[in-house]
Amino acid sequence: MSDTEKKQRSMSWYVGLAAAATVASVAVLALLTNIFERKVEARDPFVRVVEVTEATEDPAVWGRNFPHQYDTWLKTVDQERTRFGGSEALPRTPTDADPRSIVAQSKIEEDPRLKTMWAGYAFSRDFREERGHAFMLEDQTFTERQAVGQPGTCANCHASTVVAWREMGDGDLTRGFEVMNGMPYMEARTHLEYAVGCIDCHDPETMELRVTRPAFMEGMAALMAGQGVPDYDVNRDATRQEMRSYVCGQCHVEYYFRGAEKRLVYPWANGLEVEAIYDYYQAANFKDWTHAQTGAAALKAQHPEFEMFTQGIHARSGVSCADCHMPYQRMGAQKVSNHQVQSPLLNVQASCQSCHNLPEDEIIDRAETIQAHTFRMRNQAMDALMELIADIEAAREGGASDARLATALEMQRRAQFYLDFVEAENSTGFHAPQEATRILGEALDYARQGQLALRDAAFQVRIAPPSKALKQ
Amino acid sequence: MRSSTRLGAGLLAVTVGLAVGAGGFTFVYGQGASYLTNDPAACANCHVMQDQLDGWLQSSHRNVATCNDCHAPHDLLGKYWTKARNGWAHSVAFTTGNYPEHLRIKDFNLRVTEAACRDCHEAMAVAVDGLHGDEPRTCVTCHRDVGHRSGPPILISGAPGAVHTR
Repeated sequence: MSDTEKKQRSMSWYVGLAAAATVASVAVLALLTNIFERKVEARDPFVRVVEVTEATEDPAVWGRNFPHQYDTWLKTVDQERTRFGGSEALPRTPTDADPRSIVAQSKIEEDPRLKTMWAGYAFSRDFREERGHAFMLEDQTFTERQAVGQPGTCANCHASTVVAWREMGDGDLTRGFEVMNGMPYMEARTHLEYAVGCIDCHDPETMELRVTRPAFMEGMAALMAGQGVPDYDVNRDATRQEMRSYVCGQCHVEYYFRGAEKRLVYPWANGLEVEAIYDYYQAANFKDWTHAQTGAAALKAQHPEFEMFTQGIHARSGVSCADCHMPYQRMGAQKVSNHQVQSPLLNVQASCQSCHNLPEDEIIDRAETIQAHTFRMRNQAMDALMELIADIEAAREGGASDARLATALEMQRRAQFYLDFVEAENSTGFHAPQEATRILGEALDYARQGQLALRDAAFQVRIAPPSKALKQ
Repeated sequence: MRSSTRLGAGLLAVTVGLAVGAGGFTFVYGQGASYLTNDPAACANCHVMQDQLDGWLQSSHRNVATCNDCHAPHDLLGKYWTKARNGWAHSVAFTTGNYPEHLRIKDFNLRVTEAACRDCHEAMAVAVDGLHGDEPRTCVTCHRDVGHRSGPPILISGAPGAVHTR
């Protein structure tokens, strides 16, 4: 080998090693940048790039400070069903009256028995599977239930209302709530622009969770007063973990419109169990409507998720709504709660497996088994109710007096409220499996007792005592 | 051509110097040395293990065993081989973000942990093995939470369920 060749060889060694060292430097610096980013993420939970105040209604503005939360919140437009729930996106031809090109499946067409249960009430005209939060304003605006006239009260839970309430109430949230309750829905609608957003659950200053719905504040105060806790203020007295359920409980509850002022009231003064709520309506002498086929003073139960959940094992163990429906997900060094509120069955890994160390298939099978049992029992109770309604109709045609029908009508009122309490509840029993099946069992029994009362004027109905009484 | 050799050597010196310097800085900034220690806080350096660290602080073993006592073999060579192997896998996972939301121990590390249990609780383990015969069982099949809880901490008092039981 010549001298020149030797030098050329050592030269290429130098260059090769230098290149390798450069590549290593680049890799190390990339790693350094990554570590730096993670450290910054861990230090700063968020960067305030824009001021948000009590007047900031547009979630996109909040989203500039909280891009991860905002991105997931936008995903509530997704329509994906589970075995027993969730909405399917069905195409429809838009009309002038209803420009929606996609709607969810109709529950009253899927099960026409619901039309009989709700005969004479707006829900027998149009009732579809609920879609995600993103659609609440649109779907409430264009439902055919609007044809019979709806009060502004409906907007409580079908829109972002905080800014509008403050304006209407001259800064007083509860006053604004009262003003909107008194409006026709379409008038209230002109003050509303967004579906439920950041401001409805978060304090713009501290980002802490907060309750903004006066009906929930008043309902909780009444519930706690009934349990010997006077002057309960949910925003002052609730723990952080409780708030992770209470913000959802602002809307996912049973309610009624009280009096001519159509005030939204949560009927919890006697407790959250179905019989406590039923007793409340008895004492208030309240009915939602008169049943068109039988004349019963009927009640409609409305999505009592919060009430049902509090009766279940997850609530008893300290789990909140958000733990399963808005599970934490890691974004780099941050933990962010997923604002795509949806069925945990669509996100088992994050929602269930944080506590349940079981394969995903097993978890889904356990949940669907509970739901299948509940659905089966619901169908049995629904058939019993249909037969009671048919019997009352036949008795009326046969000339039975109102007095003779009174017990059967009372049993229809109770049976269908109990049945609807599970039917309208969006978990097909999962939130409190034993509670849901015992309610359906009692609904079925009351429907059959109503039939017995028609056959025998001397029949004495038996109402089950509350479980609480049996435990003492 | 002597000058070109010197140029090459100079180039090499600069680039290697840069690599060593950047590497050294990154090692210090990334608290690299802490990974050679027994300090449990080091395991949560990269934030992912925070739940496990929090769980350990509330566990029955916190006064008698650190992370390494259960998650690394008790001989020096095995300990640093396990640390190196897991350290590499963990840093790749966390840098790329490619890891599941809820961490689950893998077979290799489960065997390490099982051996660690048995190293300290040998007499008990032998006695229990007699009861279970050939069934494939590990200590943590039953004693899941002795080191740290597997899930997030659950608050019993003030739970929503309390509203109807109070």
